[in-house]
Amino acid sequence: MMSFIHKRIKQKIAFSIFGLISMIVVGILFVILGFIIFRGISVINWGFLTKMPEEGMTKGGIFPAIVGTLCLIAGSMIFAFPIGVLSAIYLNEYLKENWLKKFMRSMTNNLAGIPSIVFGLFGMALFVNKLKFGDSILAGSLTLGLLALPVIIRTTEEALKSVPDHLRIGSYALGATKLQTIRRVVLPIAAPNIITGLILSISRVSGETAPILFTVAAYFLPKLPHSMFDQAMALPYHLYVLTTSGTNMEASRPMAYGTAFVLIMIVLIANLLANVFRRYFGKKNKMN
Amino acid sequence: MNLTNTLEIQETFPDIADEMLKAQTKDVNLYYKDFHALKNINFAIKANTVTALIGPSGCGKSTFLRLFNRMNDLISGVKITGDVLLEGENIYKKGIVVDELRKSVGMVFQKPNPFPKSIYENVAYGLRVNGYDHKDSIDEIVERSLKQAALWDEVKDKLKKSAYELSGGQQQRLCIARALAIEPSLILMDEPASALDPLSTSKIEELIYDLKNKYTIVIVTHNMQQAGRVSDYTAFFYLGELIEYDKTKTMFINPQNIKTQNYITGRFG
Repeated sequence: MMSFIHKRIKQKIAFSIFGLISMIVVGILFVILGFIIFRGISVINWGFLTKMPEEGMTKGGIFPAIVGTLCLIAGSMIFAFPIGVLSAIYLNEYLKENWLKKFMRSMTNNLAGIPSIVFGLFGMALFVNKLKFGDSILAGSLTLGLLALPVIIRTTEEALKSVPDHLRIGSYALGATKLQTIRRVVLPIAAPNIITGLILSISRVSGETAPILFTVAAYFLPKLPHSMFDQAMALPYHLYVLTTSGTNMEASRPMAYGTAFVLIMIVLIANLLANVFRRYFGKKNKMN
Repeated sequence: MNLTNTLEIQETFPDIADEMLKAQTKDVNLYYKDFHALKNINFAIKANTVTALIGPSGCGKSTFLRLFNRMNDLISGVKITGDVLLEGENIYKKGIVVDELRKSVGMVFQKPNPFPKSIYENVAYGLRVNGYDHKDSIDEIVERSLKQAALWDEVKDKLKKSAYELSGGQQQRLCIARALAIEPSLILMDEPASALDPLSTSKIEELIYDLKNKYTIVIVTHNMQQAGRVSDYTAFFYLGELIEYDKTKTMFINPQNIKTQNYITGRFG
């Protein structure tokens, strides 16, 4: 009886500690979010979202930076998503367990561990200088795309792995080829998790500053880009500029919080969209 | 009478020519890396019969079953020698397209494995991947296959519903319908009822019995009574060897080999 009570008390203490720690983590998250929202929301209005920056970036809006970031998200995903998904399909569905597969896996993981400033440097050397794209949305998108690739490959691979083998075998047994099996059975089931990977990488890409520093980001450019060879402003870099090197830093501080708020909103909206997609696909291919 | 070599097979079926045998194996050996999993198997399957493969776990009966639709090819490290004939043609010879072969050999697995699609799409799947896209004829084939699998009355009003809404037994009959839709010339069943309750099991058994008018069926089973109830011929495998193969009645009443006798009477297994 004693040891029974003893066990129960131990369990209670353990759970209390775990609960407290997770509360602290969530709490910190809320404090950060609350801080940004509290400071940022006062400058948010229609003009802030749709106007060019004015008067040394202390007035006006951040429209070109919003457009720039959306262009970079789209550009990097157009490049990285198909390549990432196709490589993951190759890795998981076609390649047999051998040294090549192990090598490719470990390279993908290494790629994910490279600091983003190194991607920036590489992007500048290859896309800006060597391929002569100049500081441009194209160069920035490709650089960000490289950064997103390992995330997409890894999440897609996990998504494919979670499709039970007996469904593949059932499909082969009906005379389906490997490609048909992937297209008709495997991908529909894996789609929700693949989309989660896409959204994760969008979150990552939209917030990165280092890779766009030398490849696309403009300090101040009060017009919209006309082609993918134009420079552009982007939210994270704009935030950096407003916080560290504005003409009147006191006056541009609220603009910085406003920018941070918009950036967070873009990420939150992306996550929300992902959930809607997941639900939709999940319902269509319910597994249980 | 014991049908473990080619000569005896011909003696046993003197009334039928070679091509009336649905399938045959000649001196088949299968190695899984260093493991000799099937040892010199000579076997014949008569058309429109049910043949049961029995034997303790690991005896090679499931591996033997998978020879006929080349499912062993999916396992790396498998090496096969000898001939496997389906309607007289060696399905391991060069130039055989495996997808095409699998279209004519249906398979039902131990665990029901319907796709996460609608009931209708599950049955239509084999047609679609094999290039049929005429809607009316697909409708017809889906209905016919579900009727043959004794599932039509239960699902005719919810063809668009997910296959996962069906019970385990219904799912297994759906998998049988799915296999029937492509009109295979041979149907392989790998312990099709072992994951099901007794009622669903008896439904599957009745179904197997009915299907043999039109199809040839090979079934792996752990259940002696089931082998006795549904099959015309029974083969006993042990440690990769075909120990005995005969009419089911003979096998159960008067087995020639002491190992068969022990296994059937439950002395080991």
